[in-house]
Amino acid sequence: MNLTIDHILAGISAGGQYALIAIGYTMVYGILRLINFAHGDVFMASGLIIVYLTTAMPLQYAIPVVIIATVFIGFLIERAAYKPLRSAPRMSVMISAIGVSYLIQNLALYITGGLPQTYPAIPWISDSVELFGAVTKRVTVVTPVLTLVLVVALVVLIRYTKIGMAMRAVSKDFETSQLMGIKINKVISTTFIIGSFLAAIGSLLYFSSYQSVTPTSGAMPGLKAFVAAVFGGIGSIPGAVVGAFVIGICENIIKSSTEFSIFSDAFTFALLIIVLCVRPTGIFGEKTTDKV
Amino acid sequence: MKTKKFNYRIVDVALLIALFALVFLADQFLPTYDIKFKVLQKGAVFALVAVSMNLLNGFTGLFSLGQAGFMLLGAYTYAIFTIPNEARLSVYKYYTMTNSAGEEIGGLVQLVLPMGIAIVLAGLVAAVFAYFIGLPVLRLKSDYLAIASLGFAEILRAICQWKGLGTLTNGSNQLRMYPYFNSIMPYFLIAGLCIAIIALLIKSTYGRAFKAIRDDEVAAEAMGINLAKHKMISFVISSFFAGIGGALFAMYQNTIQAKPFTTTLTYEILLIVVIGGIGSLSGSVIASFLYIACSEWWLRFLDTEGVIPGLSRNGFRLVVFSAAIMVIVLFFRRGLMGDKEFSTERIVNGVKSIFSGKKKKTKEVE
Amino acid sequence: MKKIVALVLAALMLTAVFAGCGETKTDEKVIKIGVYEPASGSNGAGGKQETLGIKYAHSVCPTVDINGETYKVELVYADNQSSNDKAPTAAADLISAGAKVVLGSYGSGVSIAASDTFKNAGVPAIGVTCTNPQVTEGNTHYFRICFLDPFQGTVLANYAYNELGYRTAYTLAENGNDYDEGLAHYFTEAFTALGGKVENANFPENTSDFNSYITNAVNAGAEVIFAPTSTNYAQLIVEQAAAKGANVTLMAGDTWDSNQILAAASGKNVDIQVTTFYQEGGNADFDKGFKEWLESNSQNLTDNGGDSKIAAVSAMGYDAYFTALEAIKLAGAADSAKIMEAIWDVEYTGVTGQIKFDDINGDAVRTTAYIKKVNTETALWDFVKEQGVN
Repeated sequence: MNLTIDHILAGISAGGQYALIAIGYTMVYGILRLINFAHGDVFMASGLIIVYLTTAMPLQYAIPVVIIATVFIGFLIERAAYKPLRSAPRMSVMISAIGVSYLIQNLALYITGGLPQTYPAIPWISDSVELFGAVTKRVTVVTPVLTLVLVVALVVLIRYTKIGMAMRAVSKDFETSQLMGIKINKVISTTFIIGSFLAAIGSLLYFSSYQSVTPTSGAMPGLKAFVAAVFGGIGSIPGAVVGAFVIGICENIIKSSTEFSIFSDAFTFALLIIVLCVRPTGIFGEKTTDKV
Repeated sequence: MKTKKFNYRIVDVALLIALFALVFLADQFLPTYDIKFKVLQKGAVFALVAVSMNLLNGFTGLFSLGQAGFMLLGAYTYAIFTIPNEARLSVYKYYTMTNSAGEEIGGLVQLVLPMGIAIVLAGLVAAVFAYFIGLPVLRLKSDYLAIASLGFAEILRAICQWKGLGTLTNGSNQLRMYPYFNSIMPYFLIAGLCIAIIALLIKSTYGRAFKAIRDDEVAAEAMGINLAKHKMISFVISSFFAGIGGALFAMYQNTIQAKPFTTTLTYEILLIVVIGGIGSLSGSVIASFLYIACSEWWLRFLDTEGVIPGLSRNGFRLVVFSAAIMVIVLFFRRGLMGDKEFSTERIVNGVKSIFSGKKKKTKEVE
Repeated sequence: MKKIVALVLAALMLTAVFAGCGETKTDEKVIKIGVYEPASGSNGAGGKQETLGIKYAHSVCPTVDINGETYKVELVYADNQSSNDKAPTAAADLISAGAKVVLGSYGSGVSIAASDTFKNAGVPAIGVTCTNPQVTEGNTHYFRICFLDPFQGTVLANYAYNELGYRTAYTLAENGNDYDEGLAHYFTEAFTALGGKVENANFPENTSDFNSYITNAVNAGAEVIFAPTSTNYAQLIVEQAAAKGANVTLMAGDTWDSNQILAAASGKNVDIQVTTFYQEGGNADFDKGFKEWLESNSQNLTDNGGDSKIAAVSAMGYDAYFTALEAIKLAGAADSAKIMEAIWDVEYTGVTGQIKFDDINGDAVRTTAYIKKVNTETALWDFVKEQGVN
């Protein structure tokens, strides 16, 4: 093991990227009790869209367009694949999510023809900078800062706006809030829009660091972000962010050992299982009891 | 008027015998490289694995996503214990060692078991691991159970690929040159036998207890069912058969490595279970043959350029296939069979109802 | 209603089954050659370039004379998705389509996994760029026209140790990829035998963050990172090594000889050296013809990665096709078993050099490899030297 500042930096950066995806998972789970397996693929699709957009328009237009497109995809998935199953058992919805994920990956495979697509270099954030004696891309530094800013904004939104209040109410009690006159579909759509928006930002930062998009690019970050959400206590936004940073940093510490580096993914899961056994609802999660 | 009720059971049994007779004929007439040959083999393997997953998800209500991990254990156990010693040097090329006599040998294991014993051992190893994994995991509730079991499958995969165990598992490289059945019948016989055992289990008191747990855990506990014990039994048995499924999968593939045993494989099996109907064994069996045939064979023509102008090229088959799956998931939520089992009686009645339904409508028009 | 839909679906599927059984026969004499290559998955990009070479060769020479009769050659394709578990059905699909001889694959793992299917069908396969020894070892139906990992690994190790004077190396291989692992293994073996120090690292499938691996290599004092990965990962490794300003040489085998590496390295401060089968300019006719052919069709250009730079695997694909034609002519029949016997005796001089098979495993006898280096200013390959084992 040979830990250096580079590993920690890479870890913080990875943590920031996971955090932005994890929020999407945790918010959807908080409200629908649904593991949105397709979220990682929405993240990948966002990366793919910008690759094709930049061939048609300059980058400064492509970025807002891709964010809108990603939000629209997230919204569309909810309407087409989850809304019709609102009264179905939870497992059906989760399976629908797996199906959507499969569909997006195969569509991406079909459109790209199986070739990896090179992500456009975004000026300024793709440049190399030196930090504490380690050379890295500027995006490494930008990611955690931007993540924290967005999270604070999101927490403010949830705490002090009307729609935020509605979200909190729905996640507490789905049926009752419906009775209280909250428009459930609007709340759910908003949740998906926010989640997809953050995934789009996350995808910009992630693929600026690793400039290649393949149909399966979203799978691993998605899974890890999900683990981060569970780790932090699914349904809790600060929990997801903390979980994401812990996982990002731990993973890179593992990678600093040549012998054990292949366990970097497995370690994420091991950590998750330990947390679940000790504290089944995650670090920040609320305890729930079974109702008969 | 009293008519003797026709015994449809006999027809069911006859159909089953006819199926095996067809498999026998296929073995005689199909060349081994024929795509139908491969589809039948793979279909039988997936049928077994899907049924084992259905036991857990459909009958006990435990949403576990660890099936790929247990298949992996079964496949590796089978392969490691059946590679002939003379082939080991070539297979374990990067992990040769010297034995006490100073000769170069390939890998740690130098014990070759007969195929039958190795298959059973494959199931046992998966079951033992399932027991230890089940101790912490089965205490978790629904989604958490799903994620934890998925995590364990990923951990198992990483361990199998670890160089530190290279002399046992050949690192992340392929295991090959082990014996396999080069016909279809053995796959059908083994899978059929295992599925029959599962079906008997579900009919037994244990099966009724599983269903009670699925329908309402709290109520089941109140009725005196030991939750932890029954969940564990279901989990271990399901993993045992997943392990055997893994061994068959290894045989079907001729070479095996840890790489394909990802969460994607588990998702595929889950989709098969859903398409067949959660809680229907025969549904899982039918769905797995349909699924494999569609993904590997029937839809392949869609990949040929020009079949559908402008659309069909490589990868189109998978798009159509996944779109079809979405249609089933969204609109045929109960799958092919729902939670019913296949029986000729139901089909006959179903066909009758279609015709009688039509007659009624025409009368109304008149 | 649902029941009727279900019945109709079932009926359609049954007809599909029977439709698959009948085969129509025409008077025209046709021989089919199977192209067993990945068109998707982690080796998709390389597989497509290899397929392009085969397609071009087919466009150059679409017929073959067998005992004075002219046969039309037809290519049939199957995508093995770079995945060993899709290999048996992809292979069976080719043989069901009537392929008499099979070319491929790019990537050793899928070749090994499909080997038994070809063997049981009695169809010979000619490996184009699968360099792992296990592909042909101990069998008589799998041949190959490229050099092997022990050779390539040793060449690279010798070059790094003797010519470049490096003493510490770091290898980076994808977990479970036979090509990567094989090459890394033989490189390590040769490099340590010379007296060098090597650290081996593996990364899990679908990794995109290589920062920590590059840092580890630098910390270990490595002067060269040997990363014989597929082009998908290669792009990321080149990018990240350049962004980190890591002062190491990146070395790899034939997979890195691709225009995608050139695109990734263009204008950056990196040193990339590879061994390969072919150097653009090696055969002017082939270069000119192939480029024209690529540019004549936009789909071909896309498959080649967007431009018309020639990848070595395309040249190998081209040679493999003609090797197969030679074997068919020599066999004197459109019959797999006869072709299989004939391949042993094929001698053919292709654009990548002379092709001749040894008597043991059916491997091509090749004694030299080309070493090339990326010119980051022109985004082209600079030829360094021809290197043998000694």
